[in-house]
Amino acid sequence: MIHSLFLVNSSGDIFLEKHWKSVVSRSVCDYFFEAQERASEPENVPPVIPTPHHYLISVLRHRIYFVAVIQSEVPPLFVIEFLHRVVDTFQDYFGVCTEAAIKDNVVVVYELLEEMLDNGFPLATESNILKELIKPPTILRTVVNTITGSTNVGEQLPTGQLSVVPWRRTGVKYTNNEAYFDVVEEIDAIIDKSGSTITAEIQGVIDACVKLTGMPDLTLSFMNPRLLDDVSFHPCVRFKRWEAERILSFIPPDGNFRLLSYHVSSQNLVAIPVYVKHNITFREGSSQGRFELTLGPKQTMGKAVESVLVNSQLPRGVLNVNLNPSQGTYTFDPVTKLLSWDLGKINPQKLPSLKGSMSLQAGACKPDENPTINIQFKIQQMAISGLKVNRLDMYGEKYKPFKGIKYMTKAGKFQVRT
Amino acid sequence: MTDSKYFTTTKKGEIFELKAELNSDKKEKKKEAVKKVIASMTVGKDVSALFPDVVNCMQTDNLELKKLVYLYLMNYAKSQPDMAIMAVNTFVKDCEDPNPLIRALAVRTMGCIRVDKITEYLCEPLRKCLKDEDPYVRKTAAVCVAKLHDINAQLVEDQGFLDTLKDLISDSNPMVVANAVAALSEIAESHPNSNLLDLNPQTINKLLTALNECTEWGQIFILDCLANYMPRDDRESQSICERVTPRLSHANSAVVLSAVKVLMKFMEMLPKDLDYYGTLLKKLAPPLVTLLSAEPELQYVALRNINLIVQKRPEILKHEMKVFFVKYNDPIYVKLEKLDIMIRLASQANIAQVLAELKEYATEVDVDFVRKAVRAIGRCAIKVEQSAERCVSTLLDLIQTKVNYVVQEAIVVIKDIFRKYPNKYESVIATLCENLDSLDEPEARAAMIWIVGEYAERIDNADELLESFLEGFHDESTQVQLQLLTAIVKLFLKKPTETQELVQQVLSLATQDSDNPDLRDRGYIYWRLLSTDPVAAKEVVLAEKPLISEETDLIEPTLLEELICHIGTLASVYHKPPSAFVEGSRGVQHKRLPPRSGSGESTESPEVGQPGGTGPEATPAVIPSQSDLLGDLLNLDLGPPASGSVPAPTSGMQMGAVDLLGSGLDTLVGGPTVNMGAGFAGAPAVMPASLNAPVGGGLGDLFDLGSSMGMTTGAYVAPKSVWLPAMKAKGLEISGTFSRRAGVIQMELSLTNKAMSIMTDFAIQFNRNSFGLAPAGPLQVLTPLSPNQTIEVSLPLNNVGPVMKMEPLNNLQVAVKNNIDVFYFSCQYPISILFVEDGKMERQVFLATWKDITGENEAQFQIKDCHINSDAASNKLQSSNMFTIAKRIVDGQDMLYQSMKLSNGIWVLAELRLQAGSPNYTLSLKCRAPEVSQYVFQYYETVLKN
Repeated sequence: MIHSLFLVNSSGDIFLEKHWKSVVSRSVCDYFFEAQERASEPENVPPVIPTPHHYLISVLRHRIYFVAVIQSEVPPLFVIEFLHRVVDTFQDYFGVCTEAAIKDNVVVVYELLEEMLDNGFPLATESNILKELIKPPTILRTVVNTITGSTNVGEQLPTGQLSVVPWRRTGVKYTNNEAYFDVVEEIDAIIDKSGSTITAEIQGVIDACVKLTGMPDLTLSFMNPRLLDDVSFHPCVRFKRWEAERILSFIPPDGNFRLLSYHVSSQNLVAIPVYVKHNITFREGSSQGRFELTLGPKQTMGKAVESVLVNSQLPRGVLNVNLNPSQGTYTFDPVTKLLSWDLGKINPQKLPSLKGSMSLQAGACKPDENPTINIQFKIQQMAISGLKVNRLDMYGEKYKPFKGIKYMTKAGKFQVRT
Repeated sequence: MTDSKYFTTTKKGEIFELKAELNSDKKEKKKEAVKKVIASMTVGKDVSALFPDVVNCMQTDNLELKKLVYLYLMNYAKSQPDMAIMAVNTFVKDCEDPNPLIRALAVRTMGCIRVDKITEYLCEPLRKCLKDEDPYVRKTAAVCVAKLHDINAQLVEDQGFLDTLKDLISDSNPMVVANAVAALSEIAESHPNSNLLDLNPQTINKLLTALNECTEWGQIFILDCLANYMPRDDRESQSICERVTPRLSHANSAVVLSAVKVLMKFMEMLPKDLDYYGTLLKKLAPPLVTLLSAEPELQYVALRNINLIVQKRPEILKHEMKVFFVKYNDPIYVKLEKLDIMIRLASQANIAQVLAELKEYATEVDVDFVRKAVRAIGRCAIKVEQSAERCVSTLLDLIQTKVNYVVQEAIVVIKDIFRKYPNKYESVIATLCENLDSLDEPEARAAMIWIVGEYAERIDNADELLESFLEGFHDESTQVQLQLLTAIVKLFLKKPTETQELVQQVLSLATQDSDNPDLRDRGYIYWRLLSTDPVAAKEVVLAEKPLISEETDLIEPTLLEELICHIGTLASVYHKPPSAFVEGSRGVQHKRLPPRSGSGESTESPEVGQPGGTGPEATPAVIPSQSDLLGDLLNLDLGPPASGSVPAPTSGMQMGAVDLLGSGLDTLVGGPTVNMGAGFAGAPAVMPASLNAPVGGGLGDLFDLGSSMGMTTGAYVAPKSVWLPAMKAKGLEISGTFSRRAGVIQMELSLTNKAMSIMTDFAIQFNRNSFGLAPAGPLQVLTPLSPNQTIEVSLPLNNVGPVMKMEPLNNLQVAVKNNIDVFYFSCQYPISILFVEDGKMERQVFLATWKDITGENEAQFQIKDCHINSDAASNKLQSSNMFTIAKRIVDGQDMLYQSMKLSNGIWVLAELRLQAGSPNYTLSLKCRAPEVSQYVFQYYETVLKN
C-alpha cells in the first residue's frame, strides 16, 4: 500500500512529507529529481518511476508534484486516484491548493492525511465525512476557536461512515431547500487543415449542488437518455434502475458533488460549434511569413460563442509578429513563441479576424512544422450533445424544493491543424 | 491566523518554553503547545525531549488534542521505547471507551507504534476490537492486524488473528469485508503459499455482495481478490462477470481497471459462441475509451494496459482507433504509447486514416515523437500489405521535406519494406540515393548501404557511392563497417569486372586494420569464400533472404497471458512479469488465464459442460485433503532452479539463430554466411582457428524442417503396472496406465477380482492434483465383477478439476470405491498426457521465447544409451504432441528444436542434440515453470528408449 507521500514544489524542494508506515528517507526523491531533469517540460515527468527498492508514482497538480512512495505491487491507478483525491480535498479545504496554502495549514494537512490513509489503506476520502471529522479552517472559525477554545476536530463519530448511504451525513437541515444541477460539456476535437473533423468527442459532467433537508430521494430523467451510453456515476446512483429504465435515482450527498460524467464519442452526434479559416505561410528564401486567421460560428443553435481565446505555438524560427486584430487583443511572447489572441464574443455579422505578417530569422530556412491552433470558448445555455433533462422529482420528504438546471458548453482540447 | 505561526518562534529556550506551556493548566494553551510541537516535528526539528510532557496531555477528552498527541507518539515512540510504555495504559483505556471513534483511534494508533513492548500490549485490545459491536471499530481493527503482521508476523499467527480476520470476510458490513480482504491480501503477499484467501463459491458470493456496497477503495481490493479466483465452470464465470460489469461505470478509474482485469480473465472461460461473450466484449470498450479522457497520468497507466488488451483481444477496440489519435499537448509519454497502440490496431479498414495521422505527426516539433511516427509508417506498411504502396509514397513525401532526422528514419524503415516486399518498390532507390550525404546516424547509414549493396545492379554508380563511404571506414561504427563490407562483396559478385579493387580494399581494411574481431572474422570468411569458389560465394552471399516477420514487438504469449492476469498493476505498466521486478514479493505467484471450457478449441473432454455434475467438483473429495495448500502449479515458488540445471548453452549457433531474427539488419548479415562449412578447406593461413564456432548461419535449414514431419503413429503408452495390490484392497487388484487419444486423456484400468465374492458399485475419484486432472465421467463397470474375473476399463479424464501442487508433481491420488470398501492408492502419470495438440509454436515465437527465458529456467539432461536417429526420434515424439519446430545439423550433430504445451498453458521448449554414432543425447529444456522440466526429461528418456 502507499508508504509515504512527498510534496515537491516547482523549484524541486520537498516541502512536506508524510509517512504512513516506517519512515522512507527523503533521498528516494533523488530518482524523481533525475527524471524531472531529463524531462523537457514539467508535465513530461513519467508518472511511474522505478527505483531499486521503491516505486514513485507522481501527479502534477497546481505546479506541485505529489509523489507517492510504494514498496510492493499496488495498482498504480489506485495510487493516482488517491493522490487526486488528496488534491481535491486540499482545494476543498483551503480554496486553493498551493504551496503557501499547504504550509499555512500544515497541521490540518497532517490531520487530513492521517484520516485519509491508515497504514496505507484509504480510510475516509469522502469530503462529507472528512468535514465532519476535521472542520475546514475559515477565518471566522479560527477567530471563534481562539476566543472560545473550541476545536477544529469534530467530536462526533462521523455517522455517515457507517450507514448504508455513507456519502450523506444525517440530520441535515436547511431553511431554503434547493437542488441545482449544472450540465457542463467539454468538446475535444482535432480539425485538420481542410476543416474536416478528425476526431471529436464530448466529455460531459453533471455537477450538483444539493441542499435538502433530511433524506431526500431524487430521480432525474432525460429527454434523450440514449445519448448516454458511456457513463460513470457517483456511488449514490442506483445502477440497476439506470440499466432498466434509464432514470437516475439516488439519495444525494449533502452539498456539491459530481453526479455523473459521460462521454459521447460517436462522431455524428458531436457538433462543431466554431470554424476557423486560416492561412499561415512561409515563403522559401523570404524572412517574412503571412498570418491570417478568421473565426466563425457553426452549429450553435443560435447561441452566442463567448470568451473565445486562441492560442498558437508558432515555429521556433519566428522572431516576431505584426498582426492586426479586428477585435480583442493579442500577445506574442518572442521567447516561448506563444501567440495568444483574446477576442471575446464572436459576432456572426462581423467575423473576428487576425491578420498580418510574421518576421523570421534572417537567412533561416523555412520552418518545417505547422503551428497548431488551440481554441477555447464557452457557450451558455446549451449542451452541445443535445442532452436535456426532462424532470427532477423528489420522494421521501414533504417540502417543495427549489430546482434549477443550467447548461454550458466549453472547449476542452480543441485543436485546429494548419 | 494560520498554522504558519507555529513555525515562527525561533528564540533560544524554545523547548523549555514549550515544556512550560504543555504543563499549563489551561486546555487551550496546552493544545496550542502541542500544535507547535507537531509543527516543529513536521519540519524535522527534534522535539523528542518533550516526550513525557506530551504524553501527559494524552489523557484528555478533547478529541483534537488526543489526535495530535497520537501523531506525536507515532513519530517518536520508536526512538523512545521505554517512555512509550507510559502511553500504553491510556491506549488500553481508550480501547474500552464508549465512543467507537475513540476505540478505533486507539487501536489504529497502537498499531502504528512499531515498538515490540507496545505490540505485546496490543493483542488483547485488538482481539476485542476485532469483535466489537461497531463496524467502524472492526474495520479499523482489520487493518491493524496487517500492521501487526508487518511488525511481528509470528505473534499474529500465534494469537490466531489470521483466523479472526478470515471470519471477517463473512461480516455483515461491507466495509469490514473490504478491509479484511485488503489486510489478508497484504499479508498473503509475504506468504505466497498460504491459503489465507481460500476462495470458494460461498466466499465469492459474499465478496460480490459486499462489492456493491463498499467504498470505491474497498471495491478495488475486492476486485483484485476476485481476480485470483478460478471459477469452476463457464456458468459460474458468467455469473461473476455479470455481477462485476456494473463496476465498469464507476467514476474511480482504478475500480474500472480492476473490473476490466476480472472480466478479461474470466472471459477466457466463456465459450466464444455464447451471446453473452459478445455482449461483454461490447461492454468493455466504452470504459477503456473513457479512461483516455482522464488526466495524463491516468491515461498513461490506462494506455499501457490497453496495449496488453489490444494484443490479447484486438476485437474490443478495433473500432476505436480515433481515440488514440495524439493531441499536440499530450505529454510525450502519452504520445508514444498512443502511437504504439495505433499501429497495433491498424488494419486494412482504417489504414488511410492512420497514415494521414502519422504523416501529420511527422511534422511535429518533438524529435523523439517524430522519429517514432516515421517508424510507425514503416510498421504499417509491413503489417497491412494493401497499404504498403501508400506508406511508401508517404515516406517519400517525408524524405522530400529534407528534415534530417525524418529522412534518416524513413530510410531505415524503407529498408524493412524492401525486405518484406521484394521487387516491388525498388523504383524509389534513386530518390533515396539523393539523400546519401545527409545521413549521419549509424543505423540510417547502415540501412542505406544495405540498400545500395542489395540493389547494386540497378544503381549505376553503386561503386562510387560505396567507395565514398569507404574513405572514412575506420571512423564508422561497427554496424556500418559490417554492412559496408557485405555490401561491397555483394557489389563485387554482381559486377565483378569493375570492382575488384574496391573489394580488395575493403577486405584488407576489415581484416588487417581493424581491431574488431567480428569485423575481422567476417572479412576472413568473405575472403576465403571468394578465393576458394566464387560460384559458391555467389550462392551464399546473394542467397534469397527469408521474409521478415510482420510484427516484431508482440509480447510472447505466455507472458501476455500472465500480464493479462495482472492488469492494473505495476507489472502491467512495465510489461514484465511481477517476479521480474517487484521487490518484497518473497515468493512468486504466476497467474494464468483459466482454460476455456465447452468450446471446440479446448482439449477438455466433451462432458465438461454437462449438467448433473458427475465430476469431482460436485461432491466433496473422498480423500481428506492432506495439506491445505492452495497453490496450483503456477502458484509454485519458483525459487532456486532445478539442481540439474546448467548455464545456457554457449554453442553460439543458438545465439546466432536467435539474434538473426532479433534485428533486421543482422539478418542480412547472417544470410550470406549460411552453409559455409565446406568452404573452409582452402582457407588462408591467417584464418583464426576459432572461426568455425561463432558463425550465425543455419537459418535456412533451421526453418525448413517444421512441416516435413510425417504423419504419426500412436503415441507411446507405457505398459500397465500394478497400482493397488490385491492384498491392500480386500481382493481388488488394480493396474493401469495413462494414454492420450484424440486429445482426450485416458486412464486405462484393469480391475481384477481376487476375492471370493462378487464386486459391484464401482466408483472413482481423484484428489486435487497438480494439473487438475479429474474423471470426465463415471467409472463404467456395468456388470458385477465375479471372482477371478478381470475387466478392462478406459476412463476419460479432463483437467478442469481442483488444482493443488503435488510432490512429485505428477503424483495422482486416487480413491476407488466398491460394494466392500473405499481404497486409496497413488500413481504417477507421464507428463506427456498433458501435452496438447496445438503445442506447435510458431518459429518466430519459439525463437523469441527461447531468448526470453533466462538461464535459471533452463535445465540440461543427458539421455544415455539411445539408438535412434533424429528423424525417427522426431516422429516418435510428435506422436506424443512434442513437435519439432526446426532441425539443424551442426558439426555432425543433429539439433532438434521442439516445443510442447501443457494443458494448463505452460510451454516447454526443448533442444535435443544427437551426436551421430554416439548413444548419448543432450537435452536442454527451457520453461517458465522449471519444475516440470524433470518430468519432461523423464518422458523423453522413456520414449526414446522404447
